[in-house]
Amino acid sequence: MEFLLTPASVLLLFAFFFIGSVGAVFIERLFSDNGKMAGFWGHGFALLGSLLGLAISVSVLFFGQGIAFTLPTVFPNFLLDFRLDGIAAFFFGIISLVSALASIYGFGYQKHFYGKYRLGVFSFFYNAFIASLLLVPIANHALFFLLAWELMSVASYFLVVFENQKEENIKAGFLYFLMTHFGTVFVMIAFFLAYKATGSFLFDDWRAATGTITPLIQGIIFGAALIGFGTKAGIIPLHIWLPEAHPAAPSHVSALMSGVMVKTALFMLFRFFFDFFPGAPMEWGLVIILIGSLSALLGILYALSENDIKRLFAFSTVENVGIILLGLGAGVTFFSIGLESFALFSLAAALYHTLNHAIFKSLLFLGAGSVVEATGTRNMESYGGLIKLLPFTAGFFLVGSLAISAFPPFNGFASEWLTFQSLFIGMTSAEMIIKVVFFIAIGSLVFTSGLAAACFVKTFGATFLARPRTEEAKNAKEVSVFMLLPMGILALLSFLLGINATTVVASLIAIIASIGLIRPVTLQFPFSEFIQARADFAAILPLESIALLLGLVFLLSFGAIWFVTRSRKIVVGPTWDCGTPLGPRGEITSGSFSRSLVTIFRGILRPTRQSTVEYHDEDMRYFIKSQEIRTSMSDPYRKGIYQPIGVVLHFLASQARRIQSGNVNMYILYLFLTLIILLLWATHV
Amino acid sequence: MYRLLRKIALTAKVVVPEKELLLLDTETLGQELSSSIKKLFQGSLSIREVAAGSSNAEEQELTALSNSYYDIERFGIRFVASPRHADMLFVSGPVSRNMTEGLRRTYAATPDPKIVVAIGDGAIDGGVYRDSYGVWNSVSDVIPVDFQIPGDPPSPKVVLASLLKILRETEKSTDVSSENK
Amino acid sequence: MNTLLFIFQLLIVPALSPLGIGFIRKVKARMQNRVGASVFQPYRDLWKLFQKDEVISEDASWIFRFSPYLIFAITILIGASIPVIAAVPVALDFLPSFSFLPAGDFLVIIYLFALMTFFLALSGMDTGSAFGGFGSSREMMVAALAEAGLLFSLLAVSVTAESGNVVAMVGNLQYLPLQALFPLLIAFLAFIIALLAENARFPVDNPATHLELTMIHEAMILEHSGKRLALMEWAAANKLLIFILLAVNLFFPWGVSLSYDSFSGLLVSTLLVVGKSAILLFGIAFLESTMAKFRIFRVPDLLLTSFVLGVIALAISITF
Repeated sequence: MEFLLTPASVLLLFAFFFIGSVGAVFIERLFSDNGKMAGFWGHGFALLGSLLGLAISVSVLFFGQGIAFTLPTVFPNFLLDFRLDGIAAFFFGIISLVSALASIYGFGYQKHFYGKYRLGVFSFFYNAFIASLLLVPIANHALFFLLAWELMSVASYFLVVFENQKEENIKAGFLYFLMTHFGTVFVMIAFFLAYKATGSFLFDDWRAATGTITPLIQGIIFGAALIGFGTKAGIIPLHIWLPEAHPAAPSHVSALMSGVMVKTALFMLFRFFFDFFPGAPMEWGLVIILIGSLSALLGILYALSENDIKRLFAFSTVENVGIILLGLGAGVTFFSIGLESFALFSLAAALYHTLNHAIFKSLLFLGAGSVVEATGTRNMESYGGLIKLLPFTAGFFLVGSLAISAFPPFNGFASEWLTFQSLFIGMTSAEMIIKVVFFIAIGSLVFTSGLAAACFVKTFGATFLARPRTEEAKNAKEVSVFMLLPMGILALLSFLLGINATTVVASLIAIIASIGLIRPVTLQFPFSEFIQARADFAAILPLESIALLLGLVFLLSFGAIWFVTRSRKIVVGPTWDCGTPLGPRGEITSGSFSRSLVTIFRGILRPTRQSTVEYHDEDMRYFIKSQEIRTSMSDPYRKGIYQPIGVVLHFLASQARRIQSGNVNMYILYLFLTLIILLLWATHV
Repeated sequence: MYRLLRKIALTAKVVVPEKELLLLDTETLGQELSSSIKKLFQGSLSIREVAAGSSNAEEQELTALSNSYYDIERFGIRFVASPRHADMLFVSGPVSRNMTEGLRRTYAATPDPKIVVAIGDGAIDGGVYRDSYGVWNSVSDVIPVDFQIPGDPPSPKVVLASLLKILRETEKSTDVSSENK
Repeated sequence: MNTLLFIFQLLIVPALSPLGIGFIRKVKARMQNRVGASVFQPYRDLWKLFQKDEVISEDASWIFRFSPYLIFAITILIGASIPVIAAVPVALDFLPSFSFLPAGDFLVIIYLFALMTFFLALSGMDTGSAFGGFGSSREMMVAALAEAGLLFSLLAVSVTAESGNVVAMVGNLQYLPLQALFPLLIAFLAFIIALLAENARFPVDNPATHLELTMIHEAMILEHSGKRLALMEWAAANKLLIFILLAVNLFFPWGVSLSYDSFSGLLVSTLLVVGKSAILLFGIAFLESTMAKFRIFRVPDLLLTSFVLGVIALAISITF
C-alpha cells in the first residue's frame, strides 16, 4: 500500500503507458492479424496504467498524503517536477477512472478498425494521450506543464484524424489543431508573465510569491489563462472546434476528450484562481459567472438543434462546462468578498459537477459509440426502435440521460442542486452588482436545465423508441460485453454518487480545504435545513431518503394496482393512428421534435431554410413535380468572428509577402541590416 | 363580460328530465347486456364515434347530445378522442369499402369489455345507400354489433333514451346470459 | 401514531384529487348552463377504468409499461411531502430514513415534477404515433419554459420565508408582517401561470379537446387504456391538486396548522384550506369558461411573462 505513495509508482504508471504505446507499434509489425494483438496490447497497458493511476489517487486522497519529487534534466531551467496534492489527486482519479473504462470499451470497439486502419498507430497515440492527460495535473513546473499540454494536444489531434478516409475528420482535426494552439499561446503568455514576475517556472514559487505581483500583471495573467484554458474547455465563443473534433474521434476517445480533457483545462483554471494567485478581485469572479451563464444557455440551445448524436453531446459538454464555471466563479466572488466558507461550498459544487459530468458524459459517449457501431451512422434521424434490439445499451443510456438532465436521485441533480444553493447565497449578498450577476446566473441555469431535459427526451426518444426508421436500424444488434461493461459501471456510479451526495460533498470540502487556503468554519446558511451549521459541513440533501421513499411508494402502488387488476388482460395490437397504416414516416423525428423550441429561440439560433421546387410546367407553375427542403443552423461564430479574423490575417500575410521577393541578394541585405541594427542596439544598451 | 355573467346566472336551466327519457318508447334492437357489464358502465361510459361512410346527419344529431338541453354528461357519459379510451363505439353509415380497414382497426383498438352500437338506418341495413357498389350495407358485416338504434337520423332524444335503456336495469328479467365481449 | 400520519399523508392527496377535477368540471358545466356530471364522477371514471382490459401497441417498449407507475408514484411522494392541512414533517419512527422532509425542498419538488414530465414525454414517443410524438415535443417546450417562472416564484417565497423547505416555509411565513408578504402577490401571479402551464389547463392546453392537433397532455395519453390510463389521469389530477395546495398554503399561509396535535387547529385548518382551494379551483374553471386557448406560439410569451413576474418578485424580496 505504501508503494502507491512513492514516486516509483508514478514512474511505473508512465512506464506502463510507454510500453503500451511503443510496444503496440512493434507488435503490429510482428503479427499480421489486422492489428488485433496490437490493439489488445495497447488497450491492455492503458487499462493497467489507468488502474494504477486510480489506485494512486485513491491512496493519496485516503491517506491525505501527497507525492512530490523532481527529476533533473540536462537543461538548467527545466525540471521534471511532479506534485500530486489533494486537488491534483482528485483530477488524477477522474482521469484514471474514465481512461480505465474507456480502455475496456476499446477492447470491444477495436474491431471497427480491423483491416481499415492501423491499430498499432492508434494504440501509440492512445497511450500517449492518456499518459499526457495524467501528466497535466501532476506537473509542477511551467515548462514541463507546457510539454505535457502540447503532448496532449498533439496526441489527441492524431486520434481525431485517425479515421482519415473521411474528409470531414481531416477538416475537424485541422480546426482543432488551430484552436488548441491558439489557446496554448495564451497559456504561454500567462506562464511567461508569471515567470517574469516571480523569476521562476516552478508552480511552488508562484504560490509563495502571491502579493508581490502587481494587480495589472495579475489581471493580464488571469485574462490570458481564462482565454487559454477556456479554449480547451470549450467556452463560448471559443468552442467552435469542440463540435467538430469530439465527434470525429473514435468513440472511446470522444469520451476521454469530452469527459476528461476539458476537465484538465478547468483544473488549471482552478489552480490559477485559487492556488497560485488567490485573492482575485471580485470582477473576475463575476466575469467567470457571466461566461458560464452564456456557455450553459447557448450550449444547450445548440445541442437542441442538432441531429448528429455526437455533435449533440459535444454541445452538451459546452453547457456543462458553463455550469461548472458558474460554481467556480461563485467561489472566486465569495472568496474576494471574504465569505470564505461559502467559497468552499461553491467550489465543492463545481468539483462535484466536474466529477459527475466526467461520469455521465463518458457514459453517454460510450452509449452513442455503441449505437453508431450497431447502426453505422451518427444521424439520429436514421435511428428508432433500438430499445428492443439494444436493450442494455438503451438502459445505460437512459441512466445517463436521467443523470445529465439532473433528476433525483442521480448525481447530476446533486451537483446542480449544490450549484443552485451557492448561487442563491450569492443572490442575497450585499452588493448590487453581485446580486445582478447571480440573478442572471440563476435564470440561465434554470432555462438550461429545462432545455437539457427537453434535449435528452429528444435524444433518447428519437434513438431508442418507436419504430426503426431505416434498414440499418432494423438490423442493429447488441454490442459486445466489453462495450457494455464500462457503461454499466458508469451507470451504477451515477446512481451511487447521487444517493451518497452527503459523503461526496464532505470529501470534496476536505480535499479543497487541504490546499490550505480556506478553513471551514461554522456559518449560517439562510436557505436549506440540510446545510447545517456544522464545522464539517456533513449534512447535505439526503438523496438516499428520496430514493428510498420513491422506491417504497412505487412498490406499494404497483402492488396495490396489481392486486386490484390481476384478472385484467393485456392485448397487444398496432398503434392507433386514426386507422391509417403506420410506417416510419409517421413517427416524430429528432429534427421536428426540437423544431418548436428552435422556432422560439430563432433569434439566437438563426435557423435557415432552403427550398428548391421543380414544376411540371415552368411557365404555369401550378403543379409541383418535386420539392427539396434543407433546414440547417447558421454558425454565427465562424461568420462573425473567425472568418473576419481569418480575412485580416490573410491580408496581413499577403502584405508581408511583399518583402519575399525571391531574390537571394535581397535576403542577404535583410540579414545584413538586421545584424547592424542589433549591434547598434547592443552597444547602446 | 358582466352582462354575459349575469345572463348565465339568471337563465333558468332547461334540460330534458330523465323520467321523460325513460318513458320514451324506443325500439332498440339487440340483446340485453349482462348485469355485470351494466354495473360497470352505469356510472361512467366513454363513447367513440366512428363515421363509416355516413351522410353525417347522425353526427349532427350526436353533437346535440352535449348541449345544455340533452346534457349527456350528467349521466356520466362522455365522448372521447381515442378508441383506446372508449367503452362503446357508435358507428354510423353503411361502411364504405374505404373505411373497412379503419373500422376494423378501431374495433381492435378498443379494449374489452366494449359495446358496439350501430346508429341510423344506414348502419343497420344500408338505408338509402343499400346495395350500392361502394358500401358493405351493414356495420354487422364488418364488426360484431351489439345494439342498433334505427332512424334516419335518430333524434338525440331517441339516442339518449336508448342509451339509458341499454345501460340501466329494466323490469325485465336480468338473467339474460349473453355476455357481450 | 407516526405510522398512521405517514399513511395519512401518503393517501390524502390521491384521495382528494379526483374531487378537485370533478369540481372544476361541475363549475364549467354550470357556466355553460348545463347540469353536468356530479363532482364524484372522476371517481367513477377511475373505478371503471381499473376494471377494463388494456390494448398496448406492439411498438411500445418497457418504458410505456413502466412509466404510468413511476409517474403515479412521484405524484404520491410529492403529495405526501407538501403541507396539506398541517405543515409538519412526518417520518417513520422505526426507519428515520423514510422521512418526507427531504422531498419538501422546493428544488426537489420542481425536479421531481420534471422527472415525471420526462417519462410522460418518453411514453408519448414510445408508441411511435404521430400524435404522441407531437404531444411530447410541445410538452417539453412548455415544461422547459414554465420551469423558470415556477422556480423564480418559489424562490421569492423561499427568500422571504428564509427556508428552502415548503413545510418550514409555511410556518415561517405565518409570523411575518403583512408588508413583507407583498412580493408574494407578484410571485403568486407567476405561480398561477406556471400552474396553468404545467397542468395542461387553459390558456396553454385544453384538457377536454378532441382535436389532436390542439392537444398537449392529452396527446401523450392517447395510446393508454385500462389501468394505465387510470393511473395517468389520476397522476394528472394529483399534480393539479398539489399545485393548488402549494398555491394556497404558501402564498396565503394563515390558518394552516403547525402540528397534528390540536384537533380544533386541524379543523380550522381543513376548513380554510378547503375554502381557499375551492376559490382557486373556481377561478380556474371560470378562466376556462371565459377565455380561448392560446395559439401554440403565443404560449412562450405567456410563460416568459411568468418568468419576468417571478424575477420582479424575487428582486423585491431580496432588496427589502
